Parts: sequence; structure tokens; C-alpha cells
Amino acid sequence: MSGRRIFARPARFAAIAPYVWMVLFFLVPFGFVLKISLSQTAIAQPPYEPVFDLMAGWEVLKAAFAALSLDNFKLLVSDDIYVFAYVRSLTVAVTASALLLMIGYPIAYGMARLPRRWQGVAMVLVIVPFWTSFLIRIYAWINILQHDGLLNQILLALHLVSQPVVWLSTDSAMYIGIVYSYLPFMILPLYATLAKMEPVLEEAASDLGAPPWRVFWLVTFPLSLPGVGAGVLLCFIPIVGEFVIPDLLAGSNSLMIGQTLWLEFFTNKDWPVASAAAMVLLVVLLVPLLLYERLQKRQLEQGR
Amino acid sequence: MTDELPRANVAADRGGGDAFPAEGQPLLRIEGVAKTFGTFRAVDGVSLDINSGEFFALLGPSGCGKTTLLRMLAGFEAPDEGRILLGGKDIAQALPHERPINMMFQNYALFPHLSVRDNIAFGLKRAGMHRADIATRVAEMVALVKLEGLEKRKPDQLSGGQRQRVALARALARRPQLLLLDEPLAALDKKLRESTQGELMELQRRLGMTFIIVTHDQEEAMTMASRIGVMNAGKLAQVASPRELYEAPRSRWIAEFVGDVNLFDGELKLRDGHRLVIATREAGTLVVAEPREPVSQTKLSVAIRPEKVKLSHRGPVSEAGHETAINSLDGVVADICYLGGISTYKVKLDGGGIVQASVANSARLDVDAYSLNQRVVAWFTPDDCVVLSS
Repeated sequence: MSGRRIFARPARFAAIAPYVWMVLFFLVPFGFVLKISLSQTAIAQPPYEPVFDLMAGWEVLKAAFAALSLDNFKLLVSDDIYVFAYVRSLTVAVTASALLLMIGYPIAYGMARLPRRWQGVAMVLVIVPFWTSFLIRIYAWINILQHDGLLNQILLALHLVSQPVVWLSTDSAMYIGIVYSYLPFMILPLYATLAKMEPVLEEAASDLGAPPWRVFWLVTFPLSLPGVGAGVLLCFIPIVGEFVIPDLLAGSNSLMIGQTLWLEFFTNKDWPVASAAAMVLLVVLLVPLLLYERLQKRQLEQGR
Repeated sequence: MTDELPRANVAADRGGGDAFPAEGQPLLRIEGVAKTFGTFRAVDGVSLDINSGEFFALLGPSGCGKTTLLRMLAGFEAPDEGRILLGGKDIAQALPHERPINMMFQNYALFPHLSVRDNIAFGLKRAGMHRADIATRVAEMVALVKLEGLEKRKPDQLSGGQRQRVALARALARRPQLLLLDEPLAALDKKLRESTQGELMELQRRLGMTFIIVTHDQEEAMTMASRIGVMNAGKLAQVASPRELYEAPRSRWIAEFVGDVNLFDGELKLRDGHRLVIATREAGTLVVAEPREPVSQTKLSVAIRPEKVKLSHRGPVSEAGHETAINSLDGVVADICYLGGISTYKVKLDGGGIVQASVANSARLDVDAYSLNQRVVAWFTPDDCVVLSS
């Protein structure tokens, strides 16, 4: 009894901590963005109005509230630049996540089946790229992919191509960059679930007459689904909003939503439209997150 | 429905590899099988025949190679040497899914994402059985292991005993020619283990299947198996019926591993007809029966099981050296261990050694037949002794 009381108070504080974090660093900024998305652009500092002045008294505040409008959201729907940007972002994210899963799964599986003492080494190798700045690594890819870069030199030396291939400013380059950058985020959750899985389950399946590929599809893969879900989400969500990689590696003819946001904020100085676009992005990203959450909850309930 | 699993069906049902042994041929023949991990020789030249319909136990301490041998039978390990013939066909290099052998795993290895029904049906689906036939067979299996009503549960919604039954049903569903059981009862508590032992034996008899069980629990092996192979350090030390194993162990190690035993080292002094006279350091001169295979060495050990040692206040009448000679040793009760059904007494002999005697508590009253520090005579007949080379 006394033992419980000793732990009760710090434990309760610890439980509140994530909520405090969420309110301070998510909900409050979210409120700001929401407010700006309902404002009008203006040549001013800050570049939108109305601006709330909490000191100005109730009437002014009420007028400011009345001045808010949904015009920016209407613009997002009416101008197909934004729609295209969303569609492209989602397409890129889906394609890249699928590629990541296909490349990351075998790596994670291989890691999980290594002898114990090698698993730690493999884990370090997976996260070692994080030692170098992300931006530098992407610039390195520019170097590799450029006209007389490493990749073309190798391809020419192996006589696989007769003249240098154009890699930079193509979707291929962008996908290479994305897959390269996000691979650890796919591998680590997959590895975690696969390493936990008992190899004896695979033995049981083959003992019951399943050839190796069936063992994989009937036992290994279904049991690794929580890891697949976590890995895909960890990659999919940030890829949708990805800005740096498409900006540096892909062509400029079709933009992802992150690039569009950048343009609205910094080139057009249209903070309200940019904020509205960000709001829509948030809602779009919330859908897969909620789906995953529900799936997990159902699995938990089944497990009970 | 549950009683009707005719044996003839077993062969007819098998998809592939339904080579049944010819008359007089063993179902399974293991020939000089060896397996080395790195520099460790886990299984070291094991040869063994197992007949159709047998309940065979592989018994041994942990690390003796019994599990490795079982895994080679299932196909999870390939032997480095030797052959494994099932119905006359060498399956040593066949993959697990190609063998008409199923295994019940130690911790059951049930698929956590599948229901009881789907776990049992797993092997049947892989065999390409018809949907309707699968449903019938699953229902049959569920009834066989008394799991009716639990078909839709997931493994983690079952008790340990129920999980064990699902594992058994899943392994039996394909009607394998050979069922391997890897410590099948180790995870159950004592009471459940005992009742499950009986059920397994009953099931094996009814289905007429061949079972090979791996266990480190000698009581379990003795209770269930018709023959036991004792393994030590990768080798088969002895293959015998439970009775023979206990009453006529082939070596000192087996005598000590199976059951309790009193061992006295000594030297052969005299051969007198069918009697050997052995001088021991700790228990004086003992008269023992000549074993079936005549002994060639002079350094010998005399083994005597505790329940064959009798205690009394005065020694029995006997004439040393005569056919009716009885070994009687004087000593003092040094330790008493009351176990309910029996009591074990440790008697410190005047010669210096200790002999253990277990005595049935056949009467409820008068349990203190002997008390600590009381002088007693421990005696046993020459036929109750086993002579082993030291």
C-alpha cells in the first residue's frame, strides 16, 4: 500500500507529460496556423490580417473573428495546382513506401536471422548514415547522380550504357534519394517485430507441409504486420510532406505539396493560403494514422 | 466418430511418400547418423530401428543430443553422416515439408494469428484436401482432443492444457506415419501431466500410430514408452524396455541416470557356480548373481536399487558362500526421509559406506519402524544385485 503511494505522484506527473508536450508544441502552433489559414493576405508585418490584439478590447476582437473566412480553402479546391500537388505527394509517398517495404523487408529479415552478436553490428550499420547531416548526404547523391558522376562512370565502365544517363532532375533520382533516406525508418520497426518472432513457428509451418514461400506468406508476413504498419507509417507520413529531396533531386515541372507550401510562404508571401494548404495536408495524413490506430486496437482486443 | 480412425486410412490418406514398410521391416531405420555443430559432436553415430505402432522414448540429460536427433527426423537439421530410412526410403536430406512426419513442438508453436480451427486445418490445407474433407477432419480432431466449442478461439485465449491439445490435434490431423513429440508435457503442471500421459498412450494405441517422444523425465518415459533409448553424449547408451532399463542397466552411468541406485566398487574374488563374490571397500564382501554376459574384468561395481534393500532389526539366516547366501550389512540409521507412500532410509554401514533403502509405508500406524541412530541390518539377495564393469 505504502509502496504504491510513493510511486503514485511521480507516475501521475509522468502520465501528464506527453499531454503537456502535445498542447505546447502541437495544439498551440496548430491554433496559430488554423487562424492564419482563415485570414487574408496583406502587405504588412506579419503579412496577413486580421491580427488579434488581445489588449484591444472585446469589440475589436469580435470584429477580428468576424473577418475570418474560408476563402483560402476555396482557393485550394478551385486551383488545380494544389490538387495536383496533393495527388503527386500521395502518389510519391505510396510508391516510395512500397519500394521501401520491398527493399527494407528482406534486409530486416536477414538482420533478425543473423547470429545474436552480429545483430548489434547490423543495427549500427543501419543507423550509421545518421552520423552525417541529412543535407550533406543528399548533396552527395547529387554528386553521384550528375552527368559525369559516379553512377554514370560505373555504368559506362561496365558497358551497360553507351552514353551518360540523365539522372538528376528526374523522378528516378528523387525515388533513389527518398528510399535511401527513409530506409532505416522502414528497417528498424520491421526488424523489431521479426526479431521477436519465434523461428519455431516457421519450423512448425514447414513441418505441416508448407514450402518455404508459403511459410513466409502464411506465417512470417502476417505475424510481422505490426512492424509493416509502423514502418510504412513512419515513412509515408514524412514523405508526403517531403520538401528537400524532391527540391534537390527531382525536376521542377511537377511539385509536391511541401514544395508548394514553400513557394506560397517564401516566394508568394501568401501565409494564409500556405496555412490552409498545411491544414488540408494534416487532415489527409490523419486518415492513414487513424486507420492504423483502429487496426491496432482491434488486434489488441482480439489478443485479449 | 472419435473412435473411428482406422489404421488402413493412414496410408491411403498420405499425399506423397506413402511408402509403408514391407513385412518384417522397421518403419524407421536410423543408420550411423551423426551431426556436428562447429566442433561439438551433438549426435555421434546413432543407429536405431523403430517399428510401426511403437511408442518409443528418447531419454537423456539436456545436451545429450536427443533433440538434435529428433530435429533430424523432422528435417530441421540434415545429418552429416548416415541414413534415415522411412519405410525403406532415405529421407535424410528431404525438406521438412516433404516428409510424412509431423512434430508436436515443446512449447507447442501454435500460430498466434490463427484460430484453433485454422491451426488444426493448416496442415490439411497444405496437403490440398477438399474444403469439406478438411471441415470433417478438423471436427474429428477437435472431438478427439476434447476441444469442442473452442474452435474459434485464438491460442492466447486458451489455457496451457488446451494449447497442448491443439498442438496435438494439429500434429495428428495429417495422420503422419510418424509423430514426433518434443517434451510434450514439460509445460504442464504435475497433475495435468499425469492425466495427459494416460491420454497420449490411449490415443496412440487407438490410432495405431508410431510415436517418438523426447524427454528428460525418466518417469514420463517409463510410464508411456514401450521402448526407451537412453542417450548420453551423442550416443545411444542403451535401448531397452523400461523394465530392462531399470533392472538390467548396461552401464554404471545408466544405472545412476535411471532411478536411484546404491553403487559399491570392488574386486572380483571368487566365482562359485552362478555366484560371484566381490570384495568391496565400503560394504565388505558381497555375493551377487553372475550376469547373463559373463564378466571379464576383475574391477567391478555392484548396483542395488533402494527398494530391493530390506531393513530389519536382526539379520536373516544365511550361510555365506552357499546358494542361499544373502548379503546383510550392519549399520546405523543416519537419515530418514518420509515421502508418504514410501520412506527412504540412509544407513551408515559399519564398513564406512552408506546404503539407501526405500520401504513402503504399508501400514498407517506404526510409521516409526526405525528411528534415527538405531542399529539395523540392511540385506538383499544376490539376484537383486546388478554387476557392472567400473
